[in-house]
Amino acid sequence: MSVKNIIIVGVGGQGTLLASRIMGNAFIEKGYDVKVSEVHGMSQRGGSVVTYVRYGDKVYSPLIDKGEADIIIAFEQLEAARWLPYLKPDGILISSTQKIDPMPVIMGKAEYPENILEDIRAKGVKVIEVDALKLAEEAGSAKSTNVVLLGVAAHFLGFDKETWKRIVCSTVPKKTVEINEKAFELGHAAK
Amino acid sequence: MKSLMLGNEAVARGLYEAGVTVVSSYPGTPSTEITEYATQYDEIYTEWAPNEKVAFEVAFGAATGGARSFCAMKHVGLNVAADPLYTASYIGVNGGMVCAVADDPGMHSSQNEQDSRHHAMASKTPMLEPSDSAECLEYTKLAFELSEKFDVPFLLRLSTRISHGRSLVELSPREEHPVKEYKKDVMKNVMMPAMARLRHVEVEKRNEAIRVWAETSGINRVEYNDTSIGVICAGSTYQYAREALGERASYFKLGMVYPLPVDSLKEFAGKVDKLYVVEELDDIIETHCKKHGINVIGKEIFPVCGEFSQSIVRQEILGEKLSGVEYDKPVPPRPPVLCAGCPHRGLFVALRNLKLYVSGDIGCYTLGAQAPLAMMDTCVCMGASVSGLHGFNVARGSEQAKKSVAVVGDSTFIHSGITGLINIAYNKGISTVIVLDNSITGMTGHQNNPANGLTIKGDPTVSVNLEALAKAVGINRVVVVDPFDIEGTRKAVEAELASEEPSLIIARRPCALLKTVKHNPAMVVDTEKCTGCKSCLKAGCPAISVRGEANKGRGNAIIDPNQCVGCEICAKLCAFGAIGFREGK
Repeated sequence: MSVKNIIIVGVGGQGTLLASRIMGNAFIEKGYDVKVSEVHGMSQRGGSVVTYVRYGDKVYSPLIDKGEADIIIAFEQLEAARWLPYLKPDGILISSTQKIDPMPVIMGKAEYPENILEDIRAKGVKVIEVDALKLAEEAGSAKSTNVVLLGVAAHFLGFDKETWKRIVCSTVPKKTVEINEKAFELGHAAK
Repeated sequence: MKSLMLGNEAVARGLYEAGVTVVSSYPGTPSTEITEYATQYDEIYTEWAPNEKVAFEVAFGAATGGARSFCAMKHVGLNVAADPLYTASYIGVNGGMVCAVADDPGMHSSQNEQDSRHHAMASKTPMLEPSDSAECLEYTKLAFELSEKFDVPFLLRLSTRISHGRSLVELSPREEHPVKEYKKDVMKNVMMPAMARLRHVEVEKRNEAIRVWAETSGINRVEYNDTSIGVICAGSTYQYAREALGERASYFKLGMVYPLPVDSLKEFAGKVDKLYVVEELDDIIETHCKKHGINVIGKEIFPVCGEFSQSIVRQEILGEKLSGVEYDKPVPPRPPVLCAGCPHRGLFVALRNLKLYVSGDIGCYTLGAQAPLAMMDTCVCMGASVSGLHGFNVARGSEQAKKSVAVVGDSTFIHSGITGLINIAYNKGISTVIVLDNSITGMTGHQNNPANGLTIKGDPTVSVNLEALAKAVGINRVVVVDPFDIEGTRKAVEAELASEEPSLIIARRPCALLKTVKHNPAMVVDTEKCTGCKSCLKAGCPAISVRGEANKGRGNAIIDPNQCVGCEICAKLCAFGAIGFREGK
């Protein structure tokens, strides 16, 4: 299989790393070659963070460049806009409707653009939006936003729902299995 | 069994499989997780050292004692450890020793973009460079074998994308390497001029032997495809080139980046039409090729600055460019910020209106340099805040010293701030140094350190008493403040600045992200009282913003309950008493 490219973007602290770890585990179980590139360190302190997940028969580069992503999963709208140039013209954007003001916006030095997802959709991009934070809270914890979004993305990542659920449950911390299982279900049903 | 591992995790696995028994490191992004993962193996003794020089010397001492030993650090950490490195190269080892050094092209989390291969060349220490997690494991083990075979510590060069990339790794069982016999050998282990002169000759012979070994051993791999394009690369640049060019090019993939081969490179050059060197940062391979008469194209088309990717290779060699979907409106940047509830925020808010020169340092608090706090004049390297402040004050006189402070974290202070403080006391300076003691090494992801009373495994141990330490080196004025007590902190700083003696102020409150820290409930804004004046925004807290059309369009403050931990700093900045806890909480 040719290589598939998924970019996960969000704000440092939103749990993007767990989402990429779950995906990585799923793809190796299916026998694919997998590369995941993560961000640790300074950017994790509330900065813009990006994780690249690549899988296929043989993966070389750990990075995904402009115009190469099949799917972008955005935990936050502004980050969806920031990373949009990385999406293939026929790619899919899955975005949470959550908005988090960056410091320049808080300071009044810059404006948070309006109607981000509508504008992106108007460009002919397939956009799937979901209020992931609300669903995560419904599942029992705002921290399960990542698994809600994974539930949405599962529709586009090959294999069946039960496989995904099993891998989610075996990757997340034991104490959070129940919440994350519910978060996955809610995300999966939201598409 | 195959496992998806972080490069750093794979290096740690390599340590385990290679029979390593001693690891000493200082945390530094992107190298930190190696030592954290190594700690999970009971067979390996691990520790956090106060700095990279100590870590290197501990590992080197263990190697002298016959154990297989290891240390890890980030690129700038190797500058700190350079002193032992350069002479360890002369002495060589008993048990094998490997030092991992992680570069940060693109400066995701660093103050400079130095290329650690220079240290390998300058110290004449051989260096391997893996290109994925499988090679991280394989090269780590190989480095120990080679270290013992050629009697020299080996460097393992990593970079952000290798250290923090996950890829598949095949695991093997551990091979035990019992501690070797130690024999006193003054001619080899005591580097005085008479001995060192002899050892230098040995170093040159040894490195020539390593080069000859590398020519044919398979550590450097050649892949012949289409020979119209040839590419010399190493580490992550192999992956970028292979991704961009596929079978349209042939590859000379270096596994050993010092010493570099000559004969095998010449042979490769003779078989391809056009030869490129694809290397991040400096032109080290390119210069080597040109010195040996190999005609290559390198930095005339590839940048020296920044991180590479497949698109740079694709564009510069093939002239091809992919494009994605453009978003038309300006996208505001999202720089990292001090977390909600960060104790450093309290200190910076307290210093705000004092119009000080703030000599800064390396750590989470460096984020206080950015607006709206903007409370830092300099940031150079670990510990430079303390020594640099003394220099600034000596140059500009005692009146300046009453308007200047250094800010330095607890771990950074132990790393190399204490020597600067000794310098201030000894040389009769009157500078005021503030240690931001948050009881953890924060920015690298929460490592214990000598000042917080816990070992790398989280076991209780002695902790450095910063107050007593300062007094012992001759600082008589030592004050402890709570940075959330903004008024008290400000008064203490003013008092110490006014004094004619040097002072140490310890702003003590644990990091808000520590699991042991109990938080208040989120604060709320009383919209009746809020005037939309935005004073609260001066805290630079990610949890508070001002939105809406109330107050004649100025809006109201809004606090994000998911982020706020009730530190009350914004409330202290509010002149209208509009921010408080919900009643009954």
